[in-house]
Amino acid sequence: MMLDYSLIWQNLPLYLDGILLTLKVLLISLACGLALAVPLALMRVSRACLLRYPAWLYTYVIRGTPMLVQLFLIYYGLAQFEAVRGSVLWPYLSSATFCTCLAFAINTSAYSAELLAGSLRATPRGEIEAARAMGMSRLTLYRRILLPSALRRALPQYSNEVLMMLQTTSLASIVTLVDITGAAKTFNARYYLPFEAFITAGLIYLVLTFMLVRLFKLAERRWLAYLAPRKH
Amino acid sequence: MNKTGLLGALALCAVSALAQADQGSLRIGIEAAYPPFSYRTPQGELAGFDYDIGNALCAQMQVKCQWVIQEFDGMIPSLKVRKIDAVLSSMSITADRLKSVDFSDKYYHTPGKFAMKAGSQISDPAVDLKGKKLGVQRASTYDRFATEQLQEAGVEVVRYASQNEAFLDLASGRLDATLADIVNTEESFIKTPAGQGFTLVGPDINDPQYFGRGAGIAVRKGDSANLARLNAAIAAIRANGTYQQVQAKYFPFDIYGQ
Amino acid sequence: MLHGYGSSILDGAWLTLNLALLAMALAISLGLVGAACRLSPVKWLATLGEVYATVVRGIPDLVLILLVFYGGQDLVNRLALALGYEQYIDINPFIAGVCTMGFIFGAYLSETFRGAFMAIPRGQAEAGAAYGMSGLQVFWRISVPQMVRLAIPGFTNNWLVLTKSTALISVIGLQDMMFKAKNAADATHQPFTFFLAVAALYLLMTSLSLLLLRGVEKRYSVGCRTADL
Repeated sequence: MMLDYSLIWQNLPLYLDGILLTLKVLLISLACGLALAVPLALMRVSRACLLRYPAWLYTYVIRGTPMLVQLFLIYYGLAQFEAVRGSVLWPYLSSATFCTCLAFAINTSAYSAELLAGSLRATPRGEIEAARAMGMSRLTLYRRILLPSALRRALPQYSNEVLMMLQTTSLASIVTLVDITGAAKTFNARYYLPFEAFITAGLIYLVLTFMLVRLFKLAERRWLAYLAPRKH
Repeated sequence: MNKTGLLGALALCAVSALAQADQGSLRIGIEAAYPPFSYRTPQGELAGFDYDIGNALCAQMQVKCQWVIQEFDGMIPSLKVRKIDAVLSSMSITADRLKSVDFSDKYYHTPGKFAMKAGSQISDPAVDLKGKKLGVQRASTYDRFATEQLQEAGVEVVRYASQNEAFLDLASGRLDATLADIVNTEESFIKTPAGQGFTLVGPDINDPQYFGRGAGIAVRKGDSANLARLNAAIAAIRANGTYQQVQAKYFPFDIYGQ
Repeated sequence: MLHGYGSSILDGAWLTLNLALLAMALAISLGLVGAACRLSPVKWLATLGEVYATVVRGIPDLVLILLVFYGGQDLVNRLALALGYEQYIDINPFIAGVCTMGFIFGAYLSETFRGAFMAIPRGQAEAGAAYGMSGLQVFWRISVPQMVRLAIPGFTNNWLVLTKSTALISVIGLQDMMFKAKNAADATHQPFTFFLAVAALYLLMTSLSLLLLRGVEKRYSVGCRTADL
């Protein structure tokens, strides 16, 4: 099977731009998603029904529907309504990048919130008792003990979530964005070489995945060293 | 070794049960998202000019038509891997495409046209659309034209999997203009409620280097058997009036062109 | 309300369900094989299993679907020609979809099953070996039944992700729910209505699956003591 890679070399800038866009979308979505996930997780573990149930409904619906449907709803669906087009949000919602980041952020916030909630619920009792014994208020307890501890312990599962998010960014190509997959589609449409186009895209994603896995191993070594198995 | 051989043979048999290659049928790829040339009715059935012409040709050739719905940018790759034997989906005959596939004679020829908000003017696309967003269908001749002629001049070209998605974004204001077939734009956008306030503007886009000699039926390179019978059938239905009948169903004017 | 497209979307929903079930059946088989490979003492089998899991999980589903769709047909063509089989073998999009999704989720399931296998106490396999059972017998009679209970949470997760990933198969022209909804949205210029309807149908599918799988987990955990929280 002869693969013609000379055309890929000529079109490398297309793929490089795609990598930059993928990373940009990934970082924005993860940052916003995590920022949204922390209050959501706190709501999920709260004792107040009024806080717990809306948060449960949010994560249930977002995790129960496909990412593609959510993306189409936000990008094409919202633009259907006159009210949205005339509103003050339109300059943002008319941009494909904004819509994509919004959809991805909402999606990852739901998954991350569930992750964090599980981590919060698994906090060792001793830490909470010690904090209370020292006279910490609820706010201080959350700020200095619960959240840092939960975030650290959620790191392995969160790394999975980040890897899944990297793959989900490929859906951006379906709504006109030229990310890595979009670059492959554009290349395929121009030269009719699907093997070369998509194998290159796949390899790029693999490399990015490996880099992220390494990054998270380093992060775990730094923040979860206290939970690592004894080496000596 | 024996077992794996047996399993392999069984698998091949199971797959070959799906094999349907015989001389009496023709697998034709169609997009089904390009009214009035090809689209689906609410009941989910195929309809459109391309579809009716295809059925007429198959009746003329006395073969069975098998329609395979595909995204437009997947047509030629599918043709190459023998998923389909022909593409009858408003695909223009261009020098570029002739490098990869063979085309039958044309079965219609309509120019491309820009669609923009009413009141806009375009005299020279490269100048008037500079800095604006132009939507095109990926892998179409309009995509090629826009990429090579307009993108260099500073027009932002946005590519969609289907022309309908481009119309949705034009209607909502995300795009300033789209470039597509004049009839397709007129029927599936301008005339619909969503197309209120939009018109066709600018010159007919007809550059033969990009838009060739009209729309033809694409077949694999070297597939002279299918090519011959398709050309014969096209000539036949034009001679015996079937073509005119189908055309009258959709267009009050002649779309065959010169 | 759905402008007459309701029945076509329901047809698509039925196809989606069939696709998901068949793909999951394939994924379970591949997952068991993959997990067995990774835990096998034979070095090259273990490496093969690891490469399978890593590569498939590291490439987006969309890219794999497009690769299998275009590349798979080409490979079958060449294979057939090499074996001297002249006639063209057509792989319809449904089969392509099932194989792709099964292949992808086989990798994820192999990870889940591997974790479940590793959580079974070693003594079980050792007792089996002490009775003179061969490796394969220990696998099928001792490990797999116990593994089922431990794998259910991970399996549930994978099943839910699979049902939602089937939405991507619409890009290769398979007329599932998503494809029909896109058609309807294009024709009526009302994307919100149809995508909301499809979202509701997916939510229904995932909710029913969750209930069912929770019931299965309870049944398989009969007699097991859980930690007193």
